Amino acid sequence: MFAFIIRRAFQAIGVLLAVGIISFAMFRFAGDPVNQIVSLDTPAAEREQVRRSLGLDDPVPVQFARYLSSAVRGEFGVSYQFRQPVSDLLAERMPATLELALCATLFAIGFGVLMGVYSGLKRDSFLAKVFQTVSLIGISLPTFLIGILLIYLFSVILGWLPSYGRGDTVRIGWWTTGFLTTSGLKALIMPSITLGLFQMTLIMRIVRAEMLEVLRTDYIKFARARGLTTRAIHFGHALKNTLVPVITIVGLQFGSVIAFAIITETVFQWPGMGLLFVQAVQNVDIPIMAAYLMLVALIFVVINLAVDILYTVVDPRLRTSIRQPA
Amino acid sequence: MTQPVLSVRDLRVEFVTRRGILKAIDGISFDIGKGEVLGVVGESGAGKSVTGSAVIGLIDPPGRIAGGEILLSGMRIDNLPPEEMRRVRGKRIGMIFQDPLTSLNPLYRVSEQLVETIRTHTNLSASAARKRAIDLLAEVGIPAPERRIDSYPHEFSGGMRQRVVIALALCAEPELIIADEPTTALDVSVQAQIIALLKKLGREHGTAIMLVTHDMGVIAETADRVAVMYAGRIAEIGPVRDVVQNPLHPYAKGLMGAIPSLESDTDRLVQIPGSMPRLSAIPPGCPFNPRCPYVFDRCRVERPEPIQHSEHRVACHLYDQSSVRSEAVA
Ligand SMILES: Nc1ncnc2c1ncn2[C@@H]1O[C@H](COP(=O)(O)OP(=O)(O)O)[C@@H](O)[C@H]1O
Ligand code: SF4
Ligand SMILES: [Mg+2]
Repeated sequence: MFAFIIRRAFQAIGVLLAVGIISFAMFRFAGDPVNQIVSLDTPAAEREQVRRSLGLDDPVPVQFARYLSSAVRGEFGVSYQFRQPVSDLLAERMPATLELALCATLFAIGFGVLMGVYSGLKRDSFLAKVFQTVSLIGISLPTFLIGILLIYLFSVILGWLPSYGRGDTVRIGWWTTGFLTTSGLKALIMPSITLGLFQMTLIMRIVRAEMLEVLRTDYIKFARARGLTTRAIHFGHALKNTLVPVITIVGLQFGSVIAFAIITETVFQWPGMGLLFVQAVQNVDIPIMAAYLMLVALIFVVINLAVDILYTVVDPRLRTSIRQPA
Repeated sequence: MTQPVLSVRDLRVEFVTRRGILKAIDGISFDIGKGEVLGVVGESGAGKSVTGSAVIGLIDPPGRIAGGEILLSGMRIDNLPPEEMRRVRGKRIGMIFQDPLTSLNPLYRVSEQLVETIRTHTNLSASAARKRAIDLLAEVGIPAPERRIDSYPHEFSGGMRQRVVIALALCAEPELIIADEPTTALDVSVQAQIIALLKKLGREHGTAIMLVTHDMGVIAETADRVAVMYAGRIAEIGPVRDVVQNPLHPYAKGLMGAIPSLESDTDRLVQIPGSMPRLSAIPPGCPFNPRCPYVFDRCRVERPEPIQHSEHRVACHLYDQSSVRSEAVA
């Protein structure tokens, strides 16, 4: 088990290194960084001065090593637009994105599992067909369109929910949360649905397919032959066996949820990292873009690792096979 | 004669498919008495498993019981409401399937699966149920049951897992056990042990056993009576010694002439040329007529009904006096 985690951790470091190279390369391909810092009429000598002070005249590997070592310490340089450390900017925006992603994921899991179980058990019922249709819509409509439709319905026509922003937030240490105020919670509803809808339909489809699959297995037949109640069979035996794929999807998708929050945050003007990234792209603010890339990669990698560990909690077979690799 | 534990009367099971109604079981009757082992043999697709599923009430749509009666110790069970039938399953009828590797839920400990079954059918407390579970494991021959009970299914070998499955089927001391090819998926070396265990348990508890198997050797050793199935019907049924040594039905003759060796793991134990017709293409008259070496005109038009012939019951026109007469006349 421990060896397995170590092995996975090394793979994770490999992935992060690769992303590090890409984000480092961004600086070099996006033109001369010195140009971003000095003004147009700065004399060449002064430019050289800046270049040397930033270490940009060192060999590329040395620069990369320096870049990585500061990235490990959480330093990603200074934003060209804001003239503030990128790490501060990201830290300030992170709670908004994480809270949004969390709510979207909870929404996706809650409704996805419920609807999936229902349509797996009663696949010919009217409601199951409604769910199938909804899931088709959820998968085929682009996120921004769903967001705009929701805003149109609930903000413009009904006036129930705010169309943009986070509402009021409460500061706890460096974290700002929208969970503690009514306006903050209300502001979370539509962005969470928008962001989580795709995942919800995905989870629903997977749970449904897995339920149908599991209900055909021998151990379910045997459980019925043992006279267990329908409830114990469906929710004790069948549902638990659908959890492994659900964990996979939820886990792997959580990274995408954070990554795709860019679109939702733009639609709802949600003050998170995604919105920061979009602004950075518009202003060619390479340090922010590079740092965001590294951060998203880190989140992906950490989640993958967590998912691998979770599997072994759910499925005892993996525990032994990992302990004693064949 | 005392009342049989299981009595199946003219049972019919159909599957409604797009290509029409398939008669998987077409009018079979048999009894199993207390402590008796009925062996059921026949080629793959003969309807052995469907018969077992019908008895335990697990025929799912598109299948349905289309006729006949199933009586358990005199009580009709084929028309029970689902919830009452559920209470019969596991409590009064235990079932053992072919593959112990897939019969157990991989995500639950053996103890959890045993305790849940015991507590479904009795009102034992959790700790009493656990104690009973340990006793059951000991009874089916699992060494060090107090320690092994908390293992997961994958931590047992195939033979041990089938013992766990048997323990699960025994949880509520059922009157009847249906064992559907309980050793087919197992190593040859453990097959005999499992069969011996089943036989011993049946004897000790007076359980009636319906033992479906491909292995004529097992039948000869274990069963009291044997039913030979073909295309959803019972071709011949009778005391095991008679049927094995002196089969009457031409299909049974073919089967007994070809008792397979232990190494052959094929589904077909028959060396009779041809194969069993598909359900959608069962010929009129005797379903065996295209393959029967003794076929005569009547076989192609009239379905043979089971006829008592000494201790056997055989569905073949050869043993019908009227047909002998008609042949004599012809
Ligand atoms: N769910 C089903 N739908 C349609 N036909 C079925 C179904 N289950 C079984 N059958 C048919 O019933 C017949 C008997 O099957 P079965 O009892 O499993 O045979 P076996 O004697 O090998 O156990 C087969 O021809 C099979 O095709
Ligand atoms: S009825 Fe005719 S075809 Fe069928 S087994 Fe007897 S002799 Fe053969
Ligand atoms: Mg079968």
